[in-house]
Amino acid sequence: MTVNRHASQPTAGAWVWLGFALVLLAAPWVFTSNLSLTMLSQMGIAIIACLSYNMLLGQGGMLSFGHAVYTGLGSYLTIHALNAVGLGQLSLPVSVLPIIGGLAGMGFAVLLGFVTTRKSGTAFSMITLGLAELVFAMSLMFSEFFGGEAGISGNRVVGQAVWGITFGPQRQVYYLIAIYTFICVGLLYAITQTPLGRMLNAVRDNPERVEFVGYNTQQVRYRAFIIAGFFAGIAGGLGALNFEIVTAEVVGPARSGAYLLFTFLGGATFFFGPILGGILMVLAFVLLSEITKAWLLYLGLVFLFMVVYAPGGLASLIMVNLRVIKHGKLRGLLPSYLGFALASLLMLAGAGVLVEMIYHQQLDAALGPDLPFAGMVLNTAEPMTWLVAGGLFFLGLWFFEQVRRRFAVRWTSVHTDITRSQAVSS
Amino acid sequence: MSRATALSLRNLSKRFGNTEIIRGLNLEVSSGERVAIIGPNGAGKSTMFNLISGRFAPTSGEILLNGQRIDGRKPFEINRMGLSRSFQITNIFPKLSVFENLRCAVLWSLGHRYSFWTFLGNLKDANDLAQAWMQRIHLDSKSDVLAMNLTYAEQRALEIGITMAGGANVVLLDEPTAGMSNSETERFIELIKSVTEGKTLLTVEHDMGVVFGLADKIAVLVYGEIIAFDTPEKIRANPRVQEAYLGTLAEQGD
Repeated sequence: MTVNRHASQPTAGAWVWLGFALVLLAAPWVFTSNLSLTMLSQMGIAIIACLSYNMLLGQGGMLSFGHAVYTGLGSYLTIHALNAVGLGQLSLPVSVLPIIGGLAGMGFAVLLGFVTTRKSGTAFSMITLGLAELVFAMSLMFSEFFGGEAGISGNRVVGQAVWGITFGPQRQVYYLIAIYTFICVGLLYAITQTPLGRMLNAVRDNPERVEFVGYNTQQVRYRAFIIAGFFAGIAGGLGALNFEIVTAEVVGPARSGAYLLFTFLGGATFFFGPILGGILMVLAFVLLSEITKAWLLYLGLVFLFMVVYAPGGLASLIMVNLRVIKHGKLRGLLPSYLGFALASLLMLAGAGVLVEMIYHQQLDAALGPDLPFAGMVLNTAEPMTWLVAGGLFFLGLWFFEQVRRRFAVRWTSVHTDITRSQAVSS
Repeated sequence: MSRATALSLRNLSKRFGNTEIIRGLNLEVSSGERVAIIGPNGAGKSTMFNLISGRFAPTSGEILLNGQRIDGRKPFEINRMGLSRSFQITNIFPKLSVFENLRCAVLWSLGHRYSFWTFLGNLKDANDLAQAWMQRIHLDSKSDVLAMNLTYAEQRALEIGITMAGGANVVLLDEPTAGMSNSETERFIELIKSVTEGKTLLTVEHDMGVVFGLADKIAVLVYGEIIAFDTPEKIRANPRVQEAYLGTLAEQGD
């Protein structure tokens, strides 16, 4: 065992980063439709936002309810800067404007974070919630800056085009976002490998002990908060360029909630978790909301389910199963996974029919009792439909619980085996 | 006294509400001395450590570390001035590896502060020192194990490692052998002796064998006051101490 083992290993890491760059580069050539290009652009933005949020939540144990304040104010400053460029008051290339958003996010984090990070735990969360409400309320008061209900719109095709890049076509905007995403993800990862990054983990785990090894926990939190604010602001700035309009909802509590929810779903305990979270966020906001009016309800259910059964999020589900695969133990777990899939499908079908029928009765009753659902036509006036749907859901729930019990036993035995084999080999 | 005073407590008192836990406590510890604090349960031993290390501020009185006032200062300030402490209930970074625990403990003392522009992997001084401490506390085979997965005795060793690795000259150990078996305790005392070589040491200890084996001097704390402060032999012979506290315990330790 040598010290070098703890040094950064450039070779293995380099392949991951190369792969990441290739994915960003190739994505718009694989998913070619306009919709997918829009979604890919938003994914890049969401990835930066969720990663910056996770610097607080996952790395620092700071449960912030107001991260949209920093992304949102970054958006506003960027769109104002964009309009200033359009009016000739500011001569900056459009491609660097997101950095203005970043500086804005950082500036507000310096200001507001000074108050917020004096406390940790519940008090920290409360203060972020209060400040988020405050900023949201202000967005409706100061309409010159925030644009009132209509928001502030801009035109990104302004200023001198560099190398013929006007940012008119969405594809050019996507690549701008992709470059920012790559650099920001790289920097955010790099920070986790520095003294501040590690002490942030230490503050999360045991703030008291940190004070007794010479560190001021408040300073550690404050500095991390400012850095998170910077990257949040960049995400906001990219959002402003992407949509060319910024409305008050970007600083709103719903947006802050979304960052929290999807960072958690993606997985706060691993660095790459929020990347998955950002992708999920866009899929849910763009696709799921198209499929059903009740999408927020489904999202809430999934969130509840994850909090109860997989608090490490998607990333930790992936990581524990990779460990199982590495030790060649997946085979024994596959029947359980199949069972889970079947049970979830049953529950989803049952709950889906119930929810959609309720929504139909509440909102579209005038259109008659017939509801098209997954290729069938359901009669909401027929009690039998309700009974069958309810039955399906409870059957699924019962089945899920049966599978879960068997799975828990197998899972424990698989992991005892793995731990034992590791103990023998080391 | 030829040696300089490392730590002095002057007329120290601490109240929680109406209860006075520390009542006008005085103590002068010379540089390089090993002092064991003994006393019955509830005498205020832990509170005294909490006052010195900055966890609580005293109600009145002064604490001086190498001649400088430290009473009322924050723990991290006191730590930077060269005082470190361990805890009775293991207080480590459970989700970090053994190596990371020790590296966190040395970062400030090596001047890396809040840096987010240098990679930990490239900090040779911090990595070497953490590695060296891992060997000193005999945990070098557990380098990558998360601290929460260590055995109890290993966690206690890590606790001492974190306390010592920052290089503080005055060290407070709060019941370092608490909860250990006899054989573990014996080995652990050797470890403590070796890692605190040349340091000023204050330790709270219930095990009289440990006390008489480790300490140059013993301070007896009863009801928030030091009633005696002397060499182990003289403390053993002190009738007031025997009456107040030591009694049968002293014979057990023999």
